[in-house]
Amino acid sequence: MSVPSQLKYTTSHEWVKSESDGTVTVGITQHAQELLGDMVFVELPKVGRKLNQKEECAVVESVKAAADVYSPLAGEVVAANSELESAPEKINQDPYTAWLFKLKLNNAADLEKLLDAKGYQDALDNEAH
Amino acid sequence: MLKMTPLNQAHRDMNAKMVDFGGWDMPLHYGSQLDEHHKVRRDAGMFDVSHMLVVDIEGSEVRNFLKRLVANNVDKLTLPGKALYTCMLTPQGGIIDDLIIYFLTESWFRLVVNAGTADKDIAWIMQQRDSLAPQLQIKPRRDLAMIAVQGPNARAKVWQVIPGAQAVTENLKQFQSATFENYFIARTGYTGEDGFEIVLPAQDAVDFWKKLHAAGVAPAGLGARDTLRLEAGMNLYGQDMDETTHPLESGLAWTVDLKSERDFIGKQALLNAPNNRQLVGLLLLDKGVLRGHQPVITQHDSAGSTGGEITSGGFSPTLNQSIALARVSSQTAIGETVHVVVRDKQLAAKVVKYPFVRNGQALV
Repeated sequence: MSVPSQLKYTTSHEWVKSESDGTVTVGITQHAQELLGDMVFVELPKVGRKLNQKEECAVVESVKAAADVYSPLAGEVVAANSELESAPEKINQDPYTAWLFKLKLNNAADLEKLLDAKGYQDALDNEAH
Repeated sequence: MLKMTPLNQAHRDMNAKMVDFGGWDMPLHYGSQLDEHHKVRRDAGMFDVSHMLVVDIEGSEVRNFLKRLVANNVDKLTLPGKALYTCMLTPQGGIIDDLIIYFLTESWFRLVVNAGTADKDIAWIMQQRDSLAPQLQIKPRRDLAMIAVQGPNARAKVWQVIPGAQAVTENLKQFQSATFENYFIARTGYTGEDGFEIVLPAQDAVDFWKKLHAAGVAPAGLGARDTLRLEAGMNLYGQDMDETTHPLESGLAWTVDLKSERDFIGKQALLNAPNNRQLVGLLLLDKGVLRGHQPVITQHDSAGSTGGEITSGGFSPTLNQSIALARVSSQTAIGETVHVVVRDKQLAAKVVKYPFVRNGQALV
């Protein structure tokens, strides 16, 4: 199971990457895409939308099921990866480059509250038991 | 403890993602459900359907018994080997199960019933047997396995594996079967493609499965089985119909014989049943994916009516668009636009005639 060490994570299987311009990029993890299977539809948040932490803000649908994506932290949507709307399978191919949206955080220090790779791996191990 | 088919280890050896399917440990997919779907539409795939139950009914009264037991008329079965799709109904007209009946001899008919309903089916059939034809023998055949090989190249690949079977099966028409050695081979399926469903001794299943695989038949899981059958417009028991719905509102009027004098269990209830709902196909016009239980709003819904509902929905890999079966007002006409409630949105969908796909070709 692939859990890149430089990213932050949530227990609801989003990954969060801190960018040099102070924004964060959000996607779903390898574990999440494996569970869902072949992706066929993605619904992304509108740019400018203000999100609370853990607010439902996107939907990814596979052949099997629909899954909500939650905002990992509070902030404003500054970009959405509309390329995925016509090619949702990119999430299966590489979930860590197929980002969903970018956020400008209300409080950059919040990032440290998320799980690191080890914490996320532990959460996955617990889920498996 | 989950029940396992004779192929359980073979699935695991092929890296199947296993799921609990009504108490059975079954393969959902072997990597990609979409690839498996396309493989069946374009070439050949194989499904372990050994969780379904073969039930042999033997005795001289078997034909008369089945004429009473099921809604379709087994008198349509005149040639040995011929198959019939039918519902088995409660006295109230609700669907206990849908099944295929094979006519083998005048004293031996073979039923294939769904896995999830198998126990209640057997109990019901035995109860009817006790009152109608106590001398009949009802034999659940858990000693058998069943493998469906489906796709445009499926039959040729089966003949590659069992060359001797070609002579006895190449002239079979749809819904006919023949026996070769230990193989019971029927030209039936649940995908909308050509192919065979093959019943064989459980102990031979792994070897046969591996030989099919070596011949280029791709293993396909329950995920692909569901998208294939939905495209083919075939009902799934427990989703599109159950004991609370009757065949006439489930797109299965063609399987019910109300014309002959024959009296079958549930007939009177069907004659009196309200006919205000029907099963239709939906093609999603907006972006998204239709799923079971989403509400369907039509122009025929009156205030206070419950409206319609999707019974099976999903993404059609062949059409690259979402499709569904939905139970709606019988006033709803083909070509109408309806709206489906998906989360906080109402998505537009067109009412279409189904099947959506047959023999690799889009029909909508």
